[in-house]
Amino acid sequence: MTVAINCEETGKKLQDAIAGSVISTGKTDILVDANKLQQVAGFLKNTAGLDFDYLTFVTAVDYLEYMEIVYRLVSLKNNRSLILKTRCYNREDPVIPSVVSLWRAAYYQEREIFDLFGIKFDGHPDMRRLLLWEGFVGHPLRRDYL
Amino acid sequence: MAIRTEPFYLNIGPQHPSTHGVFRLRVMLDGEVVVGLEPIIGYLHRGIEKLAETRTYTQNIPFTDRLDYLSSMTNNLAYCMAVEKVGAIKVPERAEYLRIIFSEIMRISSHMMAVGFFLNDLGAMMTPVLYMWREREKIMDLFEMVCGQRLLYNYMRIGGVSQDLPEAFLPAVKKFLADMPRYIDEYDQLLAQNEILLARSKGVGILPRDMAIAIGASGPVLRASGVKWDIRKMDPYSIYDRFDFEVPTGDCGDCYDRYWVRMLEIRQSVRILEQAIAQIPQKGPVCADVPQFFRPPRGEAYGYVEAPKGNIGFYVVSDGSIAPYRVHIYPPTLINITALQDMVMGWKVADLIIIFGSIDVVLGEIDR
Repeated sequence: MTVAINCEETGKKLQDAIAGSVISTGKTDILVDANKLQQVAGFLKNTAGLDFDYLTFVTAVDYLEYMEIVYRLVSLKNNRSLILKTRCYNREDPVIPSVVSLWRAAYYQEREIFDLFGIKFDGHPDMRRLLLWEGFVGHPLRRDYL
Repeated sequence: MAIRTEPFYLNIGPQHPSTHGVFRLRVMLDGEVVVGLEPIIGYLHRGIEKLAETRTYTQNIPFTDRLDYLSSMTNNLAYCMAVEKVGAIKVPERAEYLRIIFSEIMRISSHMMAVGFFLNDLGAMMTPVLYMWREREKIMDLFEMVCGQRLLYNYMRIGGVSQDLPEAFLPAVKKFLADMPRYIDEYDQLLAQNEILLARSKGVGILPRDMAIAIGASGPVLRASGVKWDIRKMDPYSIYDRFDFEVPTGDCGDCYDRYWVRMLEIRQSVRILEQAIAQIPQKGPVCADVPQFFRPPRGEAYGYVEAPKGNIGFYVVSDGSIAPYRVHIYPPTLINITALQDMVMGWKVADLIIIFGSIDVVLGEIDR
């Protein structure tokens, strides 16, 4: 079974390694500060015992107050999973650090989020719309679009 | 005197010649050699994720059929599993068996299409496809028998399946399973050691193990690269832990491995089906008691299954109303083409077509 990793314990580890990175921990998910996302992601991928080498999905959810970006990480080695979340409060010009350099799986998914939610990923090599055409106005998956 | 050459762009598609779907490739060529590639997608984008926010949980099931329309059953299953996780619904035993039976029949059908069209891309015009379609036709009959549909089944429901089996179904599926190994042997006899197939696909379009993991590839594409990762085995959902089967893997991740892993998986699916048919309870409800306007509690869940093309998942967020707040579809084939550029670099245009064909994509899923 791909067991969800103990988030409380992992959250503590993260907090010790990168001060101020963890905002809260839930049962299966950890909410981290967007400014520290790159460091957190690197820590999760490269620390022995965690080894989150496989990124399944990246997506965003618009809660109007903020937009939440959700990452599901899997460690193929240890057969563990983790849901990592971060929030973006700026709706006008939202920017989140990209994780493409760590997991290439995010390449199209981050472009898709940019297309449909308008969140820019800082550090992505090719930040363009993916599904909709160039010149399309707006970001349809935002709750206030329609 | 040296002849001056320069790279040029070739536009392949939007209508792919062998109609995998409306896919466009912008290829940079040096003579006949591929030196750059950019897939351009979105021609089939229907905004299913947005539409799903305005419909009830049950009304969204037919949309999932239209993602990867060659494996509708597993799409249905992944979505229903996600909603069941949010709503904490328990699925009746018989329904679990029916779900597995149809998922595995779907896998056989989808892999046969994949292999058939892969050979079509190789230049074996239509003959292998017709061989594969001979059996797929029987599979379609099985599906039609149980839900009246031949392509877009809309069979699974939240909490189970829409209807029980007709009486004639089990004998028909038993006959199909008895015949199937003979047909697979026939395909292998025709294809596995075929000289042209070997020459064209061995060592072509290699996806190395590390890259397969880095791009998050899944399904036969990941396993062909030598990673023994199958969700049915590693994270057994539904009742997969009750069946005995193996996870075939490839050696080096070339086109031939991707073809061969699929052929081996068909055999394993037959094995699972035989066990499921033997174990299925004779009677019992096929759907849990779920109200028509189902309101799951606030929360979120990720339901995922091993679909024929890879790991398809649905991330469902509920706000307690009759419609989901957000549905995210995680499409395996979009992820599997992430490394297409690296796989085709240095190969000829004709190889590009088979490398793309060996990944087995359906554009309904890539564009959603």
